[in-house]
Formats: sequence, structure tokens, C-alpha cells
Amino acid sequence: MTEPILELRSVNKSFGMVHVLRDVDFAVYPGEVTALVGDNGAGKSTLVKAIAGIHPIDSGEYLFDGQPVTVHGPNDVAALGVEVVYQDLALCENLDIVSNMFLGRELRQRGVLDEARMETMARQALASLSVRTVKSVRQTVSSLSGGQRQTVAIAKCVLWNSKVVLLDEPTAALGVAQTRQVIDLVRRLADQGLGVVLISHNMVDVFEVADRICALYLGRVAAEVKTSEVTRGQVVELITAGHSGDLGLAPAEAAQST
Amino acid sequence: MTTTQSPTAKAELGDSAFAIDDHSDQTFGEAARGYWRRVRGGDMGSLPAILGLVVLFVVFGLANDRFLSALNLANLVTQAGSICVLAMGLIFVLLLGDIDLSAGVAGGVSACVMALTMTGRGWPWWAAVLAGVLCGALIGLAIGLLRAKLGIPSFVVTLAFFLGLQGVTLKLIGEGGSVRVDDPVIRGITIGNLPVAVGWGCAVVVVAAFAGLELVKHRGKVTAGLHHAPLGVVVARIVGVAAVTLGVTFLLSLNRSVNPRIEIRGIPYVLPLVVVLLIGLTFVLTRTRYGRHLYAVGGSAEAARRAGIDVDRIRISVFVICSALAAVSGIIAASYGGKVSASSGAGNVLLYAVGAAVIGGTSLFGGKGRAADAVIGGVVVATIANGLGLLNQSSYINFLVTGGVLLLAASVDAISRRRRSAAGLG
Repeated sequence: MTEPILELRSVNKSFGMVHVLRDVDFAVYPGEVTALVGDNGAGKSTLVKAIAGIHPIDSGEYLFDGQPVTVHGPNDVAALGVEVVYQDLALCENLDIVSNMFLGRELRQRGVLDEARMETMARQALASLSVRTVKSVRQTVSSLSGGQRQTVAIAKCVLWNSKVVLLDEPTAALGVAQTRQVIDLVRRLADQGLGVVLISHNMVDVFEVADRICALYLGRVAAEVKTSEVTRGQVVELITAGHSGDLGLAPAEAAQST
Repeated sequence: MTTTQSPTAKAELGDSAFAIDDHSDQTFGEAARGYWRRVRGGDMGSLPAILGLVVLFVVFGLANDRFLSALNLANLVTQAGSICVLAMGLIFVLLLGDIDLSAGVAGGVSACVMALTMTGRGWPWWAAVLAGVLCGALIGLAIGLLRAKLGIPSFVVTLAFFLGLQGVTLKLIGEGGSVRVDDPVIRGITIGNLPVAVGWGCAVVVVAAFAGLELVKHRGKVTAGLHHAPLGVVVARIVGVAAVTLGVTFLLSLNRSVNPRIEIRGIPYVLPLVVVLLIGLTFVLTRTRYGRHLYAVGGSAEAARRAGIDVDRIRISVFVICSALAAVSGIIAASYGGKVSASSGAGNVLLYAVGAAVIGGTSLFGGKGRAADAVIGGVVVATIANGLGLLNQSSYINFLVTGGVLLLAASVDAISRRRRSAAGLG
């Protein structure tokens, strides 16, 4: 089995009295899509923010490429090559696609913006993902649909040669056709060798694109399984009850978490 | 994509969206239709201002035969100068969706500092101007810090400064008095003229440089296979700039003296000053990383913050730039009036400048605007003031009309914004 590109070992995180993450083990493998599922309040967002460096972890190990790293903030994580695409997309509507993809990291030539190189690189990044739906890279983002915006946000990760991409509910607000496009995109991202984490409530999407599934239940990892080895019903049980047959937390342990 | 592509890369492109990516609007006609579509969609830019200007010129020209005389047009240029500069400063603040109500008075205080250091302390004009501009920048810094660090809405901060700074001017000058500005250089900004030959030389250089840069840029984009406008549009743009520049130079080179024994001709110095500022600020806004970040913060401060942009620093910087340009504007106004009084920069000065920016097509909601908008809008506002003045209307009419025009411009902005979001345009 390949080594995980990013791994968290027995991570704990509390906010005051609330113990949000309990001994969580989580691994992201290069070239695979790992789905992170769980009910509201299971700790998905906290886990993502811990990975992104927004919330420092209380205890546990953060490994990147097999090496333990210390993470002090979002910039450390970004420097490792980990990108997070948030649910609200963090794009500037009044700027065009190229400007948005390079926002904060504009290329310059003798102090002046190097528009030609930025446009070429943006085109290449979008082309490498076989994006079909965007008419021109000089369109402003306000003229794009939700799916197209998601595409731009994801393509930005390719542009910066990220190694791990975390997608926070990328299809939550999208229609059927647009969801299709984004799911295809997620697959292509993994095919390029990136480690992809997909946070989703949508079991159809998860089973379509994910290679493995990590189910969180009240701050614990209920199970980490290969998608091919479980059924949809089992995953739903893992999400709602923390166990399913002999998978997942022991019933006593699950009850104790509450 | 470059033209030197391997066949595999081409095949890949064939699958991508960019196979159909139009690198340019194919023809001039299509470009024109595309523009019309944008206008109908609410993305009008400075078109209403230019149309308004034409209407104003026709109306005032018919109502008063002196309006179109060379003398009055030269007056118009000098009157528009300070409004244009103030409006260009306000563009920076408006781009972030903020407002600076104190810009006019900040200009008044700065001009006052300049006048007092010159007459009271005998400083040379350049040192006094520097002191004035520095004073403006400090005022801007204070406003910016209060806005960005304390989070007080800019409307309230600058309203407080609007009132407070009037008190400062009063204290500096003394009740009801005024300070004369008679330094020949400062006065010369608005009453002196470039020699005719130099004026023509500058105009030709400006046109040639603009045409050269535009053509080189277009050539470069075509060879690199990047998104570009058709050649026809580029040529039309060059012809437009050339016509305006050379036309204005011609009018200002005519003898405009009413007294047959003296000759007054040439471009007032204030015009090249405005043009230099316009070019410099346009460069900053469109070609530098700082400018790009300004638009980004105006579009979505949260997105900019996540992209690693220091939003607070950007916010403080725009107030510094705005107030420093307000100081320049105040100095031009002092040059025109020959004095600084307690009411300098108060009254409707700021209203004129905000009106100028908005009429020119800058959005009050942030994220959209150009330095050129301020100049076009400034000319419109100055034309209204100048024309109504010639018609000997009482000043209440002037207030009513200017207020009405500002309201109209803001309505156009709000409506076009709604249509833009409906039409899905930027």
C-alpha cells in the first residue's frame, strides 16, 4: 500500500469543555479521494480546520510525507502544499478568472503584473482538468455559475502544484449537471496524483468518486473503510449510530461518546 | 496557449473548454455588438457621463453664446482641475466601498498649511506644497487607522473629520479671515499657460506614446495567443484619444483674450498636472499588484484576506492616498482663488467630487471604477457649475441641479448593478 501523503495520528481537540475530536486518526493518500462523512456536529469542520492549520491541535501528531511537522498557522500548511477550497468560495466576483486564480500570488515582471504569463498558466491549469464550461478566462467571476466558480477554485489548486486538496462540500449548492462536472473534476484531480479529501453529505457523490471513506461519529473515527468494501446502508449507519454490524465503534463505546 | 504547441497538447485543448475559447471578438462589428450587450446588461462604464457631457454642451451652447467661447472653455478646464483631482483620490476609497466625506475639508486644511508656511514663514513654494501634501497624508492616516483598526464605519469617521477639520482651518486662519496665495508658481498652476509650441509638443508626444503602447500591447497579445480586443477597437481607442487631446490643444491654443491688445493662449498648467496624475494612478490601479489587491478587497474583503492580502493595510493606504490627493486638489483650488479662506473645501466641494466619481461610472458599492472615470465625471460636474454660472442662475438652482445630478448618477449605479447581477455581467 502507498504511504499516506498527509496523516494525523490520535489527534485531540477541545473547545473549552467540549471535546470535539477524540483520538482521531486520519490519512490522505496520493492519487486517491478520501471522503470525510459524518452527521452535523460530528467534527468534520473542526478536523478540516485542524488540517488547514486554522485550529491548532491539542495533542497528536501531524505528518506530511511521512515526516512529523509542526503547524502554527494556515501559512505553514499552505507552504506544505495543502489547499482548502471552502464552501463559500472565497473568490472576488469583480475580478476575472485569471486574477482570481493568482490572487495574493500575482506574477510580476520588473514590478509590473505579468498578465501574459498568468493568463497562459491559468489556461493550462484549466485545460489540464479538461474544463469544458468556461467560455473565456477573462470573464469576471460574477458571470459564472456555481459549478463554474467551484471549478475555478479547484483549478487554483492545480495551478499551485498542491499535493493535498480539501474540498468542503463542493456540491452542496449545485444542480445535477453541475454536480456531475465537479465530481468529474474531483476524480481528475486525484488522477493527477493529488491527495483529495472530499467532505460531503451526499452519499451518491461519495460512492461515485471516493476511494475510501472515513466516517466520523461524535468526534471519533467510527470507521475508515474502502468504498468498494461497504454498502451505502452501512455508511449511513456508521454516520448515524457510529457502528454497523461488526464495523465501527463498539456500541458501548459509541454510547459513551455522547 | 502559445502557438508553438505540440499536437498532444492541442488534442488536450480540443477536449477542454478553451477549444471554444474566443481569444478575441472576431471582428469590429462583433466587438461593437458585444459592447452594446454589456451596456444593455447594465455595464455602462462612463457612457452615461459622455452622453451627458454632449447634452450639456449642446444645451449650454444654445442657451448662452459665450459658453462655447475659447475663454470659457479654458475657464472650464481650470475649474474642473481641482474637482478631477479630488475625485481621483476618492476613487481609491470608493473602490473599497468606503466613503471619505472629509476629503474636501482635508484639502482645505492642507492648502491652509501651505499658504501659512509660505506667507507666515517664508518657505519656498515646493517646501510649502510638500508640507501641505504631508498634512493631507497624515489626516488620511488617522482616518484609515480609525476605520481599519477600530472598525468605525468610514461614514462616521469622516463625518467627524469633516466637522473637526473645519474647526482646524478656522483656528489656523482666524475668524472670518483668509490667507492670500500670491506665489507666482502656485498661482501659475491655474492662471499660467504652457507656451503654444510646448503644448503642441506635449500633446503629440502623449498621442504617439499612447498609440505606440497600445499597438505594442496588442501585437504582444496576438503573438502570445492571449485574449485580446480586435485591432479595430484598438485603433478606434487611439483615434478617440488623439481627437480629444489634439482637439483640446487646438482650442486652448487659440487667442482667448477679450482685450485685443493682450494675447492669452496656451494650455493652462493645471491640465498637464491632471493628465500626469491620471496616467500615474491608472498605472497603479491596473498594472501593479497593489492595484489588483485594491479591486480584490473591494470585491470581497474575505476572499482577499484568505488569499493572504493584508486588508487593513490596503484600507489605511486608500485613505492616505485620498487625503493626499485632496491636498493637491485644495492647493489647485487655492491657486485658482488666489486665497485660502475658512470655508475652503467646505460646502459642496466634496459633493461635487463624489458626484464626479459616481457620474463617471465608479460604483458606490466598491470594486468597480477607474481613474479616468473621475476625470470624465469631473468635467461633467464642472460643466454644470460653469454653465449655470453663465446663465446667471441664483445659487439655489446650482445646488438643486448638482444634487439632482448626483442622485441621478447614484440611481444609475444602483440600477445598473441590479441589471448586472441579473444579466450575469461583471
